[in-house]
Amino acid sequence: MIARLLDGVPGRGLAVLAGLLAVLLAAPWVANDYVLTVLIIVLYSAYTGQAWNVMMGFAGQLSLGHAIYVGLGGYAAAALYVHFGVAPWLGLAAAVAIAAACGAVIGFLAFRFGVGGVYFAILTIAFAEFARIGFDHFRWVGASSGFFLPVANYTRNDLWNLRGDPTMFYYVMLTLTIAAFAICHVLLKSRIGYYWQAIREDEIAARSLGIDTFRYKMYAIVLSAGMTAVAGVFFAFYYNNLFPEQVFHISRSIEMILGPIIGGIGTLFGPLVGALLLTGLSEAMQELLTALRLDVPGAKQVFYGLCLLVVVMALPGGVWPWVAGKLGLTGPRS
Amino acid sequence: MTVLLAVEGISKRFRGLLAVDGVSFQVARGSIFAVIGPNGAGKTTLFNIIAGSFAPNGGSIAFDGKRIDGLTPDEICRRGIGRTFQVVRPFPALSVEDNVLIGAMLRRRDPASARRHANEVLGRLDLFGKRHQPASTLTLPDRKRLEVARALATDPKLLLLDEVMAGLRPAETDRMVSILRELNRDFGLTILLIEHVMRAVMALAARVLVLHHGAAISEGAPDAVVRDPAVVQSYLGAEAVD
Repeated sequence: MIARLLDGVPGRGLAVLAGLLAVLLAAPWVANDYVLTVLIIVLYSAYTGQAWNVMMGFAGQLSLGHAIYVGLGGYAAAALYVHFGVAPWLGLAAAVAIAAACGAVIGFLAFRFGVGGVYFAILTIAFAEFARIGFDHFRWVGASSGFFLPVANYTRNDLWNLRGDPTMFYYVMLTLTIAAFAICHVLLKSRIGYYWQAIREDEIAARSLGIDTFRYKMYAIVLSAGMTAVAGVFFAFYYNNLFPEQVFHISRSIEMILGPIIGGIGTLFGPLVGALLLTGLSEAMQELLTALRLDVPGAKQVFYGLCLLVVVMALPGGVWPWVAGKLGLTGPRS
Repeated sequence: MTVLLAVEGISKRFRGLLAVDGVSFQVARGSIFAVIGPNGAGKTTLFNIIAGSFAPNGGSIAFDGKRIDGLTPDEICRRGIGRTFQVVRPFPALSVEDNVLIGAMLRRRDPASARRHANEVLGRLDLFGKRHQPASTLTLPDRKRLEVARALATDPKLLLLDEVMAGLRPAETDRMVSILRELNRDFGLTILLIEHVMRAVMALAARVLVLHHGAAISEGAPDAVVRDPAVVQSYLGAEAVD
């Protein structure tokens, strides 16, 4: 298993990977609460970016409504916990199943009836909006006034119920992120990964080589939805509150895809690199603007947007393929 | 002779235009069969019907004794028909090797053995030395070869080639002809080709079908067909006979 994971990774890449892992594992001992919180956001973005990357980066299906899977996953596990006392790790199974089923419905409608490209993207937005409006009126989970998890006085970390301090959440998110990377790495090197890339590159040519493109696109959306739902469960138990206007909002879906786009769509490390850059940039921007007393509303967004523009124009393939090429770490597509 | 592909009265209509009009022919197992005709004669449409891209409006197609008309392109490939595209469709961002590997994975689930098979096919098509290049960097003649390699990697019983010689220089055409001959001889691969390059058709095909305005106007051995007055008038022009 380990041998298969490391197959084809150059020595220098391994060294960098080991170094990165060591830094991430040691972070809670050296970082203060603020840095740790930022790191949790980075890992969360890297994880959700990776999940989205399965669909767009690997299989070439543009989803602009991935917030729906975060929301469904979060609400499912939170509702089971609050109403029935089901532990989040058990609720996780239900959350993944519900999100995956939702992904299957969207995928079936789109792929069976030949809805592709931008029309598929619009369909994914539409479903996320249905969910947002639907949950706004869903009284069992608080409707538009929000759904809250009890934050009552816990004295020690309770991993089983996901109640604890940021360090515990940090390690949970780190584990999830590493698992997502490992899964994607193995998938990309197997038949399903190659078939996804064939579909992404040219669906008609892929079919002519015997690939059942409908089936493989379904695998991509179901897996991506399920993975994203796991992040939703984390989100619910970390923030302890869910508002339909926030979790299902299109801006959540857009945020999720910025990391992989900046980092490098279709690459394994793109989502992590993108998440680091974007979150780092966002936090640094805040500090800088405050220091310069330019902290007027909207200023941060304008600077943020400009930085994104520069990256996209200078490195249209993303930051990671460029960095990897410069450092001689891996091929352009790994 | 045993028949590998039997096309019976196939028709295809695009709104008012009858693109293919009741065409019938049979391709013998292990043979090379060519379809020729002027532009717009319906060759590519006929080809796309066999490959499953279009369903015919009438007629039937049997491959290896079973009906295949109306099946999807991927199912037809799984039944054992490989195809190329007239306007080449490589997977541009992937390496030449990975392009062919994806074809090889159809009948080899294990990536290592699929890769071995892909490399073998690349060797036959003179692409082994370029296997690590992205497909987008290949020249047109190499892309044409990649099309053939990718289709071949699916281990077809029948290979459909849509104008793989178009745009090649004479020396490259001769090389492609000898590659196809080797495949036919060494593996008993049956080949159905659409071709404009008569030099290649004459060198390769045992039988030729001529289409004109969607209908078959002549069929037979290449040297007989090119002397058929109907063919000369509609397609080749008088000077081709000499």
